Amino acid sequence: MLAATTVAAASLITMAAASTAGASSGGLAKGAPVNIGISLSLSGDFSADGQAFQRGYELWAKEQNAHGGLLGHKINLIIKSDASSPTQVVTNYQDLIGQSHVQLVFGPFSSLLTVPAAQTAERFGYAMVEGAGGAPSVFQAHLNNVFDVSLPVANDLMPFATWISSLPKGQRPTSAYYVTSNDPFTEPQLPVAQKIMSKAGIKSLGFTVFPAEVTDYTSIADKVAAAKAQVVVLGSVDVPTVSAFMQAFEQAHYNPKAFIATGGPDQGAAFLKAVGAKNASGMMVPNAWYGGSANKLSKAMVAAYIKQYGGTPADINSDVAEAYSVGEVMAQAVKATGGFDNAKIIAYLHSGKVMSSVQGPVKFNKLGENVDPTAFTFQWQGTKFVQVNPVNDPNSVKVLFPKPAWKN
Amino acid sequence: MSGSALTYAIVDGVLTGSVYALMATGLTLIFGVMDIINIAQGIFVVLGAYLSYAIQLHWGIDPFVGLLITIPTLFVVGIVVERVFMSRLKGPEKTAMSILVTYAVSLLIEGSLNMIFSVNVVQINAWYVNQSFKLFGVYFAYIYVFGFILAVVLLAALWVLLYRTRFGASVRASLADQTAAALIGINVKRVATICFGIGTAVTAAGGMVFGATNAFNASSSYDLISRLLTIIVLGGMGSLGGALVASIGMVMLEDVVGVVWSPVWSTMTFFIVLVIVLSLRPQGLFGKQLARTA
Repeated sequence: MLAATTVAAASLITMAAASTAGASSGGLAKGAPVNIGISLSLSGDFSADGQAFQRGYELWAKEQNAHGGLLGHKINLIIKSDASSPTQVVTNYQDLIGQSHVQLVFGPFSSLLTVPAAQTAERFGYAMVEGAGGAPSVFQAHLNNVFDVSLPVANDLMPFATWISSLPKGQRPTSAYYVTSNDPFTEPQLPVAQKIMSKAGIKSLGFTVFPAEVTDYTSIADKVAAAKAQVVVLGSVDVPTVSAFMQAFEQAHYNPKAFIATGGPDQGAAFLKAVGAKNASGMMVPNAWYGGSANKLSKAMVAAYIKQYGGTPADINSDVAEAYSVGEVMAQAVKATGGFDNAKIIAYLHSGKVMSSVQGPVKFNKLGENVDPTAFTFQWQGTKFVQVNPVNDPNSVKVLFPKPAWKN
Repeated sequence: MSGSALTYAIVDGVLTGSVYALMATGLTLIFGVMDIINIAQGIFVVLGAYLSYAIQLHWGIDPFVGLLITIPTLFVVGIVVERVFMSRLKGPEKTAMSILVTYAVSLLIEGSLNMIFSVNVVQINAWYVNQSFKLFGVYFAYIYVFGFILAVVLLAALWVLLYRTRFGASVRASLADQTAAALIGINVKRVATICFGIGTAVTAAGGMVFGATNAFNASSSYDLISRLLTIIVLGGMGSLGGALVASIGMVMLEDVVGVVWSPVWSTMTFFIVLVIVLSLRPQGLFGKQLARTA
């Protein structure tokens, strides 16, 4: 009992100290750096995304510092690895806020980690601006401090579903199979697409959910292949999942007319390297950003990225843009509020002001969802990653449909 | 659920299970002889996959032919790890300490692989990786069939080594009772070192097939090790035959449950079976009760 009381008292003291640090951070001493705390998955299941996020954050900080930092203070990122663990992410933010006394925090990677991270930040009164926590579970937590600068994931598949449903009857597929990981990022997306496509008469041949920790996808993919649906909608979070399904489909001599995966094909060169450039053609993915975006801010970021890391726009993981957008939005909030007071920043972000980012306009509703972005569908056409939906968007090119045969 | 889906689930279970047997055999052999729970086995599998990937990428050597390089390489890696880290573990806490030490080894190798290859996933590609042939109305993927044949050949070779050679007799004597083995003149330490090398070497083959059937990075080892540990617990820790039966049985059970019912229940079903088996036979399917005294 005594121990519990001591721990509770210590926690309160730590939180009070952190709150004080947060409240007074608007008055940073001249020349002092502004410290921003971030927990990222630099190892574990999300390591590829986590390290892409790190590049995005670091690129933003470098560019921002080149333009005077934040209110004249040089930006110093303090990044801790959470090993993709929802437990470690809590420890990291507690340390960053309570021990390191950072002025601001940025979000981790994935909805799975964003919920506990944002809950921790809320206890200390910190704003949690993030770019990879767009699942409904993040907003259903009704946290006052969470702001997702990216597209809410539930509607990601809408442009694809709307497009395929609008095809003339002779071209429109007649059947679809929906298969998804039980990850909070992917699972909510598929019922939305299924509803739209079913209304258009596209028959559902199955809806299979598999655990995120599966190591062998062969039997699940073979079950999908055996159904011989004309469209496959795959709820995936990474390249290995998509690659495993593609491999199993090819081995089963099954080639759907359209194949869209919620995550994986958006990872640029990493995706091509894993599945082979020839087989990638026709693969689709929903997202809000790609390397060829016409957005001026995006073009500048892409140029800076290539200058620093090399490669081409198609090589850039969309995680980079999501992380970069977090920095951009926070910079605008800091500028507007004239300091680093998290309470004022939260109030500003809730004010309905439209901000800009490499992913497009950002405006938050009361839940912290970005209500302004447009969902797009992208497709690999040869080794080019292009925007194909919405079809009436001037930057969209013609969809490669039906999907070409496997070529390995 | 169609009959063909069930057929595929059974075929997949047998073919994929044999590959897991390759990975798990080393783990159970090391535990059987040394009382060491080798948490690094997962990263050794991934290391084997990366070695196959690298020699194909840089030297154009087919991954199966490349095993002539990767198997001896991992044997040497195993010997070095045993001499540098494991041979220092002694006393009643040895097994518990081995978990920590091999976890540290695992982190060391994971960090090194991330530095060399980055965290971006890669996959081994060859003509047989995506191709298949039809037999009795069922498509058989070449990579799984080749992997199955490889597993049978290597496990048979291991069996011959253990049951038809003088060294094998030393290993089996050490498996049964290390003190008694030492008393009859067997150099148990040397046997242990070589067994660790062999246990690591066989993961080169499992790793190659894993890398050809999955896009992977160093973090892939985390999912692997939990599965490998449950396989050897079910089969009986220290039992080579148990590892083979448990691997095939487990993967087949998961695949069939996934197809007939739902993949969400696959893993749970396996653990239900595991609990039932361990309730009836605490030593696992083929483990020996009170097998050894150190």
